[in-house]
Amino acid sequence: MYSVSRWSVRHARLFEILYSLFEPVLVRLNPVWSALGYQRVEKPVRLIEQLFKELLFDCRMCGDCILSSTGMSCSMSCPKHLRNGPCGGVRLNGNCEVQPERRCVWVDAWNGSRKMKRGDRILTIQKPMDARLQGHSSWLRQARRVGQRGRQTPGRTQ
Amino acid sequence: MILPDEPCPGEPLPILPGHSSPGRFERVLRSGTFAVTAELAPPDSANPNDVYARARVFDGYVDGINATDGSGANCHMSSVGTCALLTRIGYAPVMQISCRDRNRIAIQGDVLGAAAMGVTNVLCLTGDGVQAGDQPEAKPVFDLDSISLLETVRTMRDQHRFLSGRKLTEAPKLFLGAAANPFAPPYDYRPYRLAKKVAAGVQFIQTQYCFDLSRFREFMARVRDMGISERCFIMAGVGPLASARSATWIRDNVPGIHIPDSVIKRLSRAEDPRKEGKQLCIELIQELRQIEGVSGVHVMAYRQEEAVAEIIDRSGVLEGRVPWYPGRDKANRYRSALS
Repeated sequence: MYSVSRWSVRHARLFEILYSLFEPVLVRLNPVWSALGYQRVEKPVRLIEQLFKELLFDCRMCGDCILSSTGMSCSMSCPKHLRNGPCGGVRLNGNCEVQPERRCVWVDAWNGSRKMKRGDRILTIQKPMDARLQGHSSWLRQARRVGQRGRQTPGRTQ
Repeated sequence: MILPDEPCPGEPLPILPGHSSPGRFERVLRSGTFAVTAELAPPDSANPNDVYARARVFDGYVDGINATDGSGANCHMSSVGTCALLTRIGYAPVMQISCRDRNRIAIQGDVLGAAAMGVTNVLCLTGDGVQAGDQPEAKPVFDLDSISLLETVRTMRDQHRFLSGRKLTEAPKLFLGAAANPFAPPYDYRPYRLAKKVAAGVQFIQTQYCFDLSRFREFMARVRDMGISERCFIMAGVGPLASARSATWIRDNVPGIHIPDSVIKRLSRAEDPRKEGKQLCIELIQELRQIEGVSGVHVMAYRQEEAVAEIIDRSGVLEGRVPWYPGRDKANRYRSALS
């Protein structure tokens, strides 16, 4: 949903707030996820996550979500899957080199990040992706990671 | 410049304290000399002589030769192969690595292979999209991006290990480069992106073609304020335009190159546009040289490679120095014996 995802980037701050409320719930439910078994809940949670994120962010279910660090603009919809900023091919009108009719994901990301409180996370270097996570739930991964650490740390997923 | 420990062709130089590669190119930059590099387009051929012939046109005018890696998503001889040939006779190639065609397994292997063949400089690029080339049906890889590629090569060099953590018995000793394009949106993010590359280990930068000097000055001012220009060498990209028509075509069809109207107007008014294009390039080099934080120029003269020597010569940036090339010192000895 291209137009919706562009709307979401324009309201990056709203989604930052929503996620900051949602993530602690997700993490607090860690004992529940553990009791049920992460593998068993993976499928239903993934479906819900996909439904929301596909609609709102044009999500590609990479399984390693960094929306909070990219101004709520999904870097996986970049044809080059760039996770560390725009390439040098961005057109003068701010559109993509590969898909000239679409806005560069990173032009949007930069604008979105300027609206967010913790938008400077766009400046952190992202490690190469783990291709095995493709199609898995980022939410559960985050819940597990933070939950098992036993304390609340700033999340990077949305 | 003559180095006291000038190489036998293909032999690495001793690595000086504070340097990371056994190459000549890093020494030129670190000595504070204004450096010159040029871009070589690898041939569509399996004949090594085609590579040598393309390198020879730069003899005596460049400190490094960039070998492109499938530029514009068109297939040519590989950059590893081209560089391995160039190092055989002592040239200092800058091996371009693009993330478009190979995943992290292939790239790390190529980095080791290239370093073993005497390559001492690499330029880490994201790469053009496959749609730009003559085989748009190819599968784009983009497993890494330019910044994670930089980090990967730095890890191999400094920590002596692959990304997986597996140990290397001998690390590749490389001088790390990357590109920057101050002329593409989002403009205010571009200096931060460069800062990210510095944080990922970049040591030298070659920029996209600079035709818009005011935008470049703005970019450099920001870069200086952020202290980035002290942490890497920035070489400005330049190149001669052949005519107003080709300039317009480049502007409309090659992503990421911004050519202001004033430049195109100047070319269209000229009697001999090719000559005017060279003159414009020379003037740009001279102006770029004055900008604080610019350590050299990178000449991309696609299909006009033979013009590079004249451009550099007339720009005067070498100040009489003759960068090393195979046979230079033999020629000097001959000349001094005659005099």
